[in-house]
Amino acid sequence: MNKVVHSADEAIYDIPDNAVLGLGGFGLCGIPENSISALIRKGTKGLTCISNNAGVDDFGIGLMLQTRQVKKMISSYVGENAEFERQLLSGELEVNLIPQGTLATRLLAAGYGMPAIFTPAGVGTEVAEGKEVRRFNDKDYLLEMAFEIDFSIVKAWKGDTHGNLIFRKTSRNFNPLIAMAGKITIAEVEELVPAGELDPDHIHLPGIYVHRIFKGSGYEKRIEQRTIRPRQ
Amino acid sequence: MLDKNGIAKRIAKEVKQGMYVNLGIGIPTLVANYIPLGMDVVLQSENGLLGIGPFPFDGDEDPDLINAGKQTITTVPGSSFFDSAMSFGMIRAGKVDLTILGAMEVSENGDIANWKIPGKMVKGMGGAMDLVASARNIIVAMQHVNKAGESKLLPQCELPLTGIRCVKKIVTELAVLDVLPEGGFRLLERAPGISTEQIRNATKGKLIVEGDIPEMVL
Repeated sequence: MNKVVHSADEAIYDIPDNAVLGLGGFGLCGIPENSISALIRKGTKGLTCISNNAGVDDFGIGLMLQTRQVKKMISSYVGENAEFERQLLSGELEVNLIPQGTLATRLLAAGYGMPAIFTPAGVGTEVAEGKEVRRFNDKDYLLEMAFEIDFSIVKAWKGDTHGNLIFRKTSRNFNPLIAMAGKITIAEVEELVPAGELDPDHIHLPGIYVHRIFKGSGYEKRIEQRTIRPRQ
Repeated sequence: MLDKNGIAKRIAKEVKQGMYVNLGIGIPTLVANYIPLGMDVVLQSENGLLGIGPFPFDGDEDPDLINAGKQTITTVPGSSFFDSAMSFGMIRAGKVDLTILGAMEVSENGDIANWKIPGKMVKGMGGAMDLVASARNIIVAMQHVNKAGESKLLPQCELPLTGIRCVKKIVTELAVLDVLPEGGFRLLERAPGISTEQIRNATKGKLIVEGDIPEMVL
């Protein structure tokens, strides 16, 4: 059950061009920084990225947009990225915007082995176009399909050699869901310990969903909107 | 006429003891500043937190602790973290009592448009479609007219919709109105110094005025 690999480069070595990736994080919070850098070094192209956001111009998935490695983004909100906007308007980048809860629940469905879900989000809007609508208890719901992801890449706070993961504060966000949905799941962690050192009661995501794990380094953890209040 | 803080202050009066509340980005975020001290209210952030606290002191920012607007925040005692599926699960299941969000347009049957302006940059709907489809009570905080001076309270929305028949109440710089199930904006309160006539002139959708309309108490 030892799933440890020694570097980000080793973890992503077999991700081919045109793969469908899932990437954890919300904004720049809890993103797999080391793996994104490794994908840029490897130069993998034509990627479809399922991720709530698309990073900013010079960090996160935004870096892979600069190097033209992304063919398609599936996200709920992509508002902070000028290069993204340029590629979208020029037709270089394909974008599928979907409601945030729908994104989360389509990932959950994949990890729970369910082919589809019903959600009321988007009923009566352009999101509903071409989708089956079903009425339950006098309310309309859209049929939304579970995602199929080739490689999922997530960031956790602590992990063990079996791939069990613990996340920290709001950096949990999409990470366990992305992890559950991947055929192959790669986890990078700030702290990697031998199996048995983490309290089983404290595990957020069991290692059965994780195939490769490595200790990341040099985390920048950039803040998008630094908001503070004055000390009294 | 109310400024943004005035709108937030008026909406804060809709927040009651014991509520779980989701505040959107912009004016709704300001509502937190006017919830009375000592009132037990838990603020939900859809990126996975119940129990949003104030912004951190300078130097205490934690990059792993942000709200849905990606701002650094703190937590209050009794808070909890969870993943995004559970976050929208509790929203969908109707556990969140009140959702306060901004809008570009609201129609007289309660439709809302707040995520897309065709031909301009499209940023995405984020969690707005999920929130408006499931919240039990939705209050919209917005300006009564847009920058071009056109009413944002319309017979029908002209922009792409975020959700249908969901807005219950609207607070603007001019008025408090509720949206009637049979259609129409019913005027409940006037902002200080604003006449019913001014509100009528700024409202393109069907405005219902019954009797004398009181001025807001802030």
